[in-house]
Amino acid sequence: MKIIVPVKRVIDYNVKPRVKPDGSGVDLANVKMSMNPFDEIAVEEALRLREKGVATEVVAVSIGPDKAQETLRTALAMGADRAILVVAEDVEPLGVAKILAKIMDEEQPGLVILGKQAIDDDSNQTGQMLAALTGRPQGTFASKVEVSGDTVSVTREVDGGLETVSLKTPAIVTTDLRLNEPRYASLPNIMKAKSKPLAQKTPADYGVDVTPRLKTLKVTEPPVRSAGIKVADVDALVAKLKEMGVAA
Amino acid sequence: MSVLVFVEHDNASVKDATLAAVTAAGKLGEVHALVAGSGCGAVAQEAAKIAGVTKVHVADDAAYANQLAENVAPLIASLADHHDAFVFPATSHGKNIAPRVAALLDVMQISDILSVESADTFTRPIYAGNAIATVQSSDARKVITVRGTAFAKAETTGGSATIEPVTGKGDAGISSFIGSEIAKQERPELTSAKIIVSGGRALKDSATFSEVILPLADKLGAGVGASRAAVDAGYVPNDYQVGQTGKIVAPEVYIAVGISGAIQHLAGMKDSKIIIAINKDEDAPIFQVADIGLVADLFTAVPELVGKL
Repeated sequence: MKIIVPVKRVIDYNVKPRVKPDGSGVDLANVKMSMNPFDEIAVEEALRLREKGVATEVVAVSIGPDKAQETLRTALAMGADRAILVVAEDVEPLGVAKILAKIMDEEQPGLVILGKQAIDDDSNQTGQMLAALTGRPQGTFASKVEVSGDTVSVTREVDGGLETVSLKTPAIVTTDLRLNEPRYASLPNIMKAKSKPLAQKTPADYGVDVTPRLKTLKVTEPPVRSAGIKVADVDALVAKLKEMGVAA
Repeated sequence: MSVLVFVEHDNASVKDATLAAVTAAGKLGEVHALVAGSGCGAVAQEAAKIAGVTKVHVADDAAYANQLAENVAPLIASLADHHDAFVFPATSHGKNIAPRVAALLDVMQISDILSVESADTFTRPIYAGNAIATVQSSDARKVITVRGTAFAKAETTGGSATIEPVTGKGDAGISSFIGSEIAKQERPELTSAKIIVSGGRALKDSATFSEVILPLADKLGAGVGASRAAVDAGYVPNDYQVGQTGKIVAPEVYIAVGISGAIQHLAGMKDSKIIIAINKDEDAPIFQVADIGLVADLFTAVPELVGKL
């Protein structure tokens, strides 16, 4: 079984985003960029399934700028077998899902594992949309994935706790934080990744129109919360709580 | 314009998150509701009483019992001829189903809206709430998920909607529900609690978390939350997590105990009315957003606080 893992190049998890003064977006110039953390978890899960002998090949895919090559090289260094880069800027989840649906057609994977959301636009849509477009089942927000034969059992993190669904493959899985702990790429593997195959495509190669449907009119800073007061001890805190009516 | 709100329920009663979605939908047009479930007649009756709802569509079918996206999304998409917008609460159910509906309708979804600026323009948080984007949709139909803390809850009485049965294709035959482990919470649910007491990694382990946090929560009648670090360390189950990727909460009072205040955590609670922080590190970022801070060792301060309340 082949597994496709879409990955996105985003602002690094540890960088605090700054809104541009002209309100046109978030300033990404000279900012550290990395693989979306949820996508790292997706790559890891695919690799573990290959190591268990469930999967035979792991293909990393990115739809993004030229520099998304670096993100794909990271996936290859972690252990993915080959990569496909579809060069396009600022494609919305619907457009990404349409391209991925075409890639699924070509590659015929048993599973597509994606991060549940990207930490830049926080949309949380691509996996579900891909499942809809291909008419395949979806296991979103996964904390456990078990493949047996032509079904995959996915334990999902839902509001009240956990829920388990059984899906017929090919299926789409989106990862939550506790699915696994992604590995670091070793230096020899980083070297080896440089010679792994990376194909370059464009949305036109797949006949997909990626014209955005949403227009960002402006981006602003959220309302700032200012620090309040510090109290000296528990007695003072209790007094404050009583003053506010929180405690009787 | 008529707007269809997806009712979140457990086949017995309407979940609170639906009410904020009804309020958001009311800003767009006439509000209809969809109850998809199995043996969900009581839910439909309840939904019909929500203020502002004029019509309730009920799809009562075993295939919809657990609201599997594969079965429910085509049902919702089949109602597109009569609705211009589809509004879902941004809960785990809503986030699971809405994009599947959007793609079936060839619509780019607008996730997690904070406000309705006009019929096609909305604000939504990006970058974990570190920026707010105003976006305008060019799609003829809108598919929207609503952040529950950003809209007032619609009244649960006063409505007298008509109830109309609808049928869909039922089971798509590609997925099945195996089971769930839903924690029985005797405490208020996080997304609707008036007071929340949250613990962080400083709580050491599961037993200590319970010993320190629960008495305070009990004393205040509060819901219990946790930081991602505490959840990852296994002190409490995943559904306690407050933050960018966990639950977004906005209670009257949020008490953060031993939580340093990573931006991902702040993203989930900074809209709380009053934030109280107890942390022994006076430089912890949580104090930058706290209305009241107490720099103290939580292992002595919290029991003392419980004793004096």
